[in-house]
Amino acid sequence: MLEIKNLNVYYGVIHALKDVTMCVNEGEIVALIGANGAGKTTLLHTISGLIRPSQGEILFLGKNIVKAKTRNIVEAGITQVPEGRRTFSGLSVYENLLMGAYLRKDKAQIKEDLEKVYERFPILKERSSQDASTLSGGEQQMLAMGRALMAKPKILLLDEPSMGLAPILVKEIFKIIEDIHAQGTTVLLVEQNARMALSIADRAYVLETGKIALSGTGEELSNSEEIQKAYLGG
Amino acid sequence: MKKMLNKANLYWLLFCVGGYALLMGLMSAGIIDAVNQTVIQTIIVNIILAISLNLIIGITGQFSLGHAGFMCVGAYSAGVMLKQIGGLNGFFIGILIGMVINAVLALIVAIPTLRLKGDYLAIATLGFGEIIRIIVLNMDITNGAAGLVLPRVVDFTILFVFMVVALLIVVNFTRSAAGRACISIREDEIASEAMGINTTKYKVIAFVIGALIASWAGALYAGNFYVINPGMFTYSKSIDILVIVVFGGMGSMTGSVISAVVLGFINSFLQSFSNMRMIIYGLALVMIMVFRPSGLLGTREFKFSSLFKRFTKKKEASQ
Repeated sequence: MLEIKNLNVYYGVIHALKDVTMCVNEGEIVALIGANGAGKTTLLHTISGLIRPSQGEILFLGKNIVKAKTRNIVEAGITQVPEGRRTFSGLSVYENLLMGAYLRKDKAQIKEDLEKVYERFPILKERSSQDASTLSGGEQQMLAMGRALMAKPKILLLDEPSMGLAPILVKEIFKIIEDIHAQGTTVLLVEQNARMALSIADRAYVLETGKIALSGTGEELSNSEEIQKAYLGG
Repeated sequence: MKKMLNKANLYWLLFCVGGYALLMGLMSAGIIDAVNQTVIQTIIVNIILAISLNLIIGITGQFSLGHAGFMCVGAYSAGVMLKQIGGLNGFFIGILIGMVINAVLALIVAIPTLRLKGDYLAIATLGFGEIIRIIVLNMDITNGAAGLVLPRVVDFTILFVFMVVALLIVVNFTRSAAGRACISIREDEIASEAMGINTTKYKVIAFVIGALIASWAGALYAGNFYVINPGMFTYSKSIDILVIVVFGGMGSMTGSVISAVVLGFINSFLQSFSNMRMIIYGLALVMIMVFRPSGLLGTREFKFSSLFKRFTKKKEASQ
């Protein structure tokens, strides 16, 4: 579904992504793990068209989207839940969700999807007229995910959904991710919390200083000695 | 879809008409004297300027310091037409011409500069404002540094109507889907881009609408205050407008209106202190920003609907 070939990204002289090649098949949860500064977020931003690569191809459903505008990429079905939530304060929860459906014109369908999001995250319905900035971290994460779902993505890019959340909330968020996946959305999950990410992923890639260092099924990587040492704390 | 004439809108209409009738009555009865009438006229022009700048700075989050430039274009378009054609016809033709020029200028400025961020944008727009002033200073038709002496063609009714229309446009824009897009850009440009919003487009739209409304303010100023000259439209005028916006709360239109009124009266009250005036004014601003750093109202708006809610809540509580 999403195929990345020999992707190279530079920030000025810094070579942030080096020949990254990976793929996400339809219906999978693929995890991308790695330490701080490995290039995980850069990769997601490049997929979304927020950063331009200097070389390489990104194929989505067979079409090269490297030169496409972000809005066209979103329209095609790739939506990102950015790192650190980035909900819009100054707008209510309801308005935030509407922003997710910004490019869609099918009003009736949008309404239906809004109800679905409220069903999945009842807390958002409760707080629908509240300013987004008054939500807790976990609620904001849910709002960010709900907002992304409003775009009706074919593939959801999640950037560190567990960041800054209490362990119990992390579990809840991951359950929701599995749930979204079970209902037919492909997921590319970027995480530092490798253990959690590997536990739900079909396949995973390990990114180290801009290079794909390892790849395999979630299980394989969880059991690999190298990963155990580097990311799972022995 | 909500009905056009729902309760809140009806109350706003009554509020506007009532306010207009009250001020008109007090003026014709002579209770508001000529001095205070001038203060009110200044306040109205300032309200229009402030809400138009608030749309750019407070709602869309683009820091512009060139607002006096757009006002200047509006003032001179109306001024020149008042000289050439005269009367209210000349005035309205002038407004139209000013809007056309401002739309073109705003596009020329916005498309390259709105890619800049924060400080860079402020400096670029500051430069733009000064360029406009220098051009006006060196043209024959504008009579250079001496400026234009004009007849007064604008009365209180015209001022008030323009203010209400400007408020209607800006407030409705803010509440529309486009307005939400602008707010999302202010809050987080990357996230709104990631939602598929064409951020440059909405920044340009807000900037152009702001510039158009600023040109009304300029035209009203020219049609009301007899004299315009380039010295009135320096960058310090842009900063005066910015002060009103920041003081009222960035992003709050109600705040801009209240702050224009409050600052207008503080200013006129301080006239009698002559030398001390700017010191006291500055001190008052510092004090207010210390105690209310996000402005008088922050980003809140006054709504009749929330007023009702408060009343009904009180009733419920007392029952």
